[in-house]
Amino acid sequence: MPAVSKGDGMRGLAVFISDIRNCKSKEAEIKRINKELANIRSKFKGDKALDGYSKKKYVCKLLFIFLLGHDIDFGHMEAVNLLSSNKYTEKQIGYLFISVLVNSNSDLIRLINNAIKNDLASRNPTFMNLALHCIANVGSREMAEAFASDIPNILVAGDTMDSVKQSAALCLLRLNRTSPDLVPMGEWTARVVHLLNDQHLGVVTAATSLITTLAQKNPDDFKTAIVLAVARLSRIVTSASIDLQDYTYYFVAAPWLSVKLFRLLQCYPPPEDGALRSRLTECLETVLNKAQEPPKSKKVQHSNAKNAVLFEAISLIIHHDSEPTLLVRACNQLGQFLQHRETNLRYLALESMCTLASSEFSHEAVKTHMETVINALKTERDVSVRQRAVDLLYAMCDRSNAKQIVAEMLSYLETADYSIREEIVLKVAILAEKYAVDYTWYVDTILNLIRIAGDYVSEEVWYRVIQIVINRDDVQGYAAKTVFEALQAPACHENLVKVGGYILGEFGNLIAGDPRSSPLVQFNLLHSKFHLCSVPTRALLLSAYIKFINLFPEVKATIQDVLRSDSQLRNSDVELQQRAVEYLRLSCIASTDILATVLEEMPPFPERESSILAKLKKKKGQSALPDIDDSRRNVNGSTEHSEITDTTNKSSPSLLKDLLATNRPRPSSFSPIMHFARTMDSTPSFTDMLSLSSAPTAGASLLVDVFSDSSTLTSVDVSEEHFPRFVCKNNGVIYENQLLQIGLKSEYRQNLGRMYIFYGNKTSTQLLSFTTSVTTNDVLKTQLNVHAKAVDTIVEGGAQVQQILNIECLSDFKDAPVLGIQFRYGGTLQNIAVKLPVMLNKFFQTTEMTSQEFFQRWKQLGAPQQEVQKIFKANHPMDTDVTKAKILGFGVALLDGVDPNPANFVGAGVIHTKNTQVGCLLRLEPNTQAQMYRLTLRTSREPVSQRLCELLSDQF
Amino acid sequence: MMQFMLLFSRQGKLRLQKWYVPLSDKEKKKITRELVQTVLARKPKMCSFLEWRDLKIVYKRYASLYFCCAIEDQDNELITLEIIHRYVELLDKYFGSVCELDIIFNFEKAYFILDEFLLGGEAQETSKKNVLKAIEQADLLQESQIEDWGSLPNEEIL
Repeated sequence: MPAVSKGDGMRGLAVFISDIRNCKSKEAEIKRINKELANIRSKFKGDKALDGYSKKKYVCKLLFIFLLGHDIDFGHMEAVNLLSSNKYTEKQIGYLFISVLVNSNSDLIRLINNAIKNDLASRNPTFMNLALHCIANVGSREMAEAFASDIPNILVAGDTMDSVKQSAALCLLRLNRTSPDLVPMGEWTARVVHLLNDQHLGVVTAATSLITTLAQKNPDDFKTAIVLAVARLSRIVTSASIDLQDYTYYFVAAPWLSVKLFRLLQCYPPPEDGALRSRLTECLETVLNKAQEPPKSKKVQHSNAKNAVLFEAISLIIHHDSEPTLLVRACNQLGQFLQHRETNLRYLALESMCTLASSEFSHEAVKTHMETVINALKTERDVSVRQRAVDLLYAMCDRSNAKQIVAEMLSYLETADYSIREEIVLKVAILAEKYAVDYTWYVDTILNLIRIAGDYVSEEVWYRVIQIVINRDDVQGYAAKTVFEALQAPACHENLVKVGGYILGEFGNLIAGDPRSSPLVQFNLLHSKFHLCSVPTRALLLSAYIKFINLFPEVKATIQDVLRSDSQLRNSDVELQQRAVEYLRLSCIASTDILATVLEEMPPFPERESSILAKLKKKKGQSALPDIDDSRRNVNGSTEHSEITDTTNKSSPSLLKDLLATNRPRPSSFSPIMHFARTMDSTPSFTDMLSLSSAPTAGASLLVDVFSDSSTLTSVDVSEEHFPRFVCKNNGVIYENQLLQIGLKSEYRQNLGRMYIFYGNKTSTQLLSFTTSVTTNDVLKTQLNVHAKAVDTIVEGGAQVQQILNIECLSDFKDAPVLGIQFRYGGTLQNIAVKLPVMLNKFFQTTEMTSQEFFQRWKQLGAPQQEVQKIFKANHPMDTDVTKAKILGFGVALLDGVDPNPANFVGAGVIHTKNTQVGCLLRLEPNTQAQMYRLTLRTSREPVSQRLCELLSDQF
Repeated sequence: MMQFMLLFSRQGKLRLQKWYVPLSDKEKKKITRELVQTVLARKPKMCSFLEWRDLKIVYKRYASLYFCCAIEDQDNELITLEIIHRYVELLDKYFGSVCELDIIFNFEKAYFILDEFLLGGEAQETSKKNVLKAIEQADLLQESQIEDWGSLPNEEIL
């Protein structure tokens, strides 16, 4: 057929398109287009008697111009006019224009919907289809509002033409995707399932997609689809004689429908009914058998269609994950494809095997293909295929093959494409950690990673190696020796300098006995890298130097000289300058005891999900990552399955910030004691460097559970005398008797908190068998995680011991944990219980807002249960400054100029819990004459409003 | 579900775009630019699939034209490859040895055929006969006036 025998040629349009094609330059094209736009505009504006054909032609030209990538800001009205033309082609062009150039102009939408309504009611199938296509293409909310309730009727009505049913099914699918709330479920849903039985395969094809989408959302309502889908599949796949006519595609029976039906079945677990289940198994076996038959055609379309069905069947087998024979057969089939000459099949086989690797039935079968996959990594010419091979190696890795796979990945990394290097680095780091039996291997692997691909080693990777080295004392000496050797290289990556600086600063003493790595040699080695490094690394090195002063008094003078040099003390970078000043000062005035305390070795990091894993998940998306064997022991020797904590994810971006955080001293009152106190108050930057987001894991609450069994606690009255004092402050004495004084210092960030508890022995004799426990009641347990570090069992006379509590707020809570203390004094057992001041308001972060924002939020929180109000008598003198300090201490921002009455106080903040964040607005109105206050709180959660009101109203 | 389909020439000129998800014009242009560049940079023997953002791209070249589809994670790559082929067959049958120029000059027809074949990102009617029947019926409804500007020489797609 000649190119233009079809359709009604629009000569003007063809000429215009030719003109555009003949334009020699972009400028010429734009000029031609502008000329045409001006022409069309004048036609639309001027000649009232524009006939349908001209209108259609001009609308079509506008569409063409738009599709070339130019903006179109007129012609919509003319297109809408075309919708109501009685000439089919004019209507058709109108609809096309609307479909491509939807405009949210509401007037127009009304007109369009009107035209659609007419066409839907026309009972002319061609017109109805045009209207349905338009709804499916645009899929806007306005259209859903107008038509979502009519279309189901069209779909299931007995007299609807097949082609209209097909359009209606997919139209409804689109509306259900864009505005599910507007598509009413009802009597039609039961009837729609029966379309799977329809005689017309086109109707079945369209309906299956709709049913799959609906079943994903409400599997129970569409359960009958399983029987019908299996029956249909069975007829298509297993009966050889059936003639599907035009639905047979290159000798493959209804491949599209088969794929869709297998997909539909993936919404459900394997059928429970035995007969149904064996019928489905028979289908799956037939599909697997057919893969072994000789092809019926040499055309690639034949093999593609056949294999499309095969891969979908394998997906279902993997989804069911219940038939070991099928899984192993699927694995063998994919194994064949791994060596297929078609790149596409190799790619898909690698992809599909990744999911098979996570099934316990087929994990071993997948592993038998390791050599082939490693070979693919080396020989595939297409990077996307190599990427798949990396993914599969990662998925099939376990303890038995970890060393080989990690070695292969490392060697591939040397030549890997830049685009996938970072991901490979993360994967190697994770595997090395996960399957390390021998931690020297782990340390070597990570240092190799840095050597080979230092630029792609993200912060998370080197943080992690440090966390692990610090937590495992069996590897510290080896790590120090290895980094020391690696640093000898004349050009080593900056990440190595970071790891080296940190590890030598902590554990350099372990290798200092060897004259080849004496303290001075270590220092000189590190310092030789200093000037080539970026500011954050230099800051880290300065911290390592001060740690050296503590570890090796013999290099103190050398290091002080360095710190004292102009390039440090007067460094233009304020962070470096400040560190140099502070560290120098600290080294000069602090006694060795104080230095030893301040610069003590880092305590072990709390266990949590590897930050690297979190990063990889973020990079790849949760679902894309096969979950490899998370029940095995992880690096810290715990069998606890580490929860995927949001906190790790969230805090990642702030790693650098934490690394650089310093506390700013007040020079005027600077003294060693002050400094010491400060380090208690807010851990100095160096120690804090890696202990971010120290969310205690589930292990913490286990510990608490063990203690909660002890009956001793129940017999003691819980002291809560001083509890209210801590609502608006974090430090102070919480308990005191003749024997013991208990002081607290606490700090909170977002949903995490740390409390330092100081137990002071007021007597001159030892307190023996000193133990403590923190208990939370059953409700609180689900809301708050509290993890207490161990404390010495003996408190010397007159001495003070410290204990650290890590606190994580999971959701809002009302109760408080109880601290139990037990010890022997003079032969008698002492029991003390103290209510710990961990209150909801501790997890506030302040929020600054303008008056306008405040009132907008205030109005939004206007539901009766969101507001809590209390009027109460003042218990303390009504002093404005004291009140201000209390509100600030409560944790919210004090907003000036919001309340028209300057005597009132207005505050705003957000409560951070692991699960959610709750915004909070408050207003306090003092009435000095009546000596009364009125406190109003608004939050989105009623219990939060209640609790905060209780806490705060007691304070005035 | 297919999220969009793009047809572009070896020179990177966009010939047809069909979006099954709502996106702003700016975003559409950005995606198009990025994908055209990515696909054109690939060598002939490479595989037809690639990961892109959180989507899977399936593409195939026919003569001077690239057909490129974006599907979701759960979707079947091979069947999408055959969706492309069936669409090419439909165009070929309708225009008779279709070439790039047919699609340029009769872009509206290319859209109409696509709408009969795919709707809302899913296959609506996979029978070649049924799709063409629908288009022909529509053609019969139109006015008789047909203009001819002579055939233009061009490479045939199939």
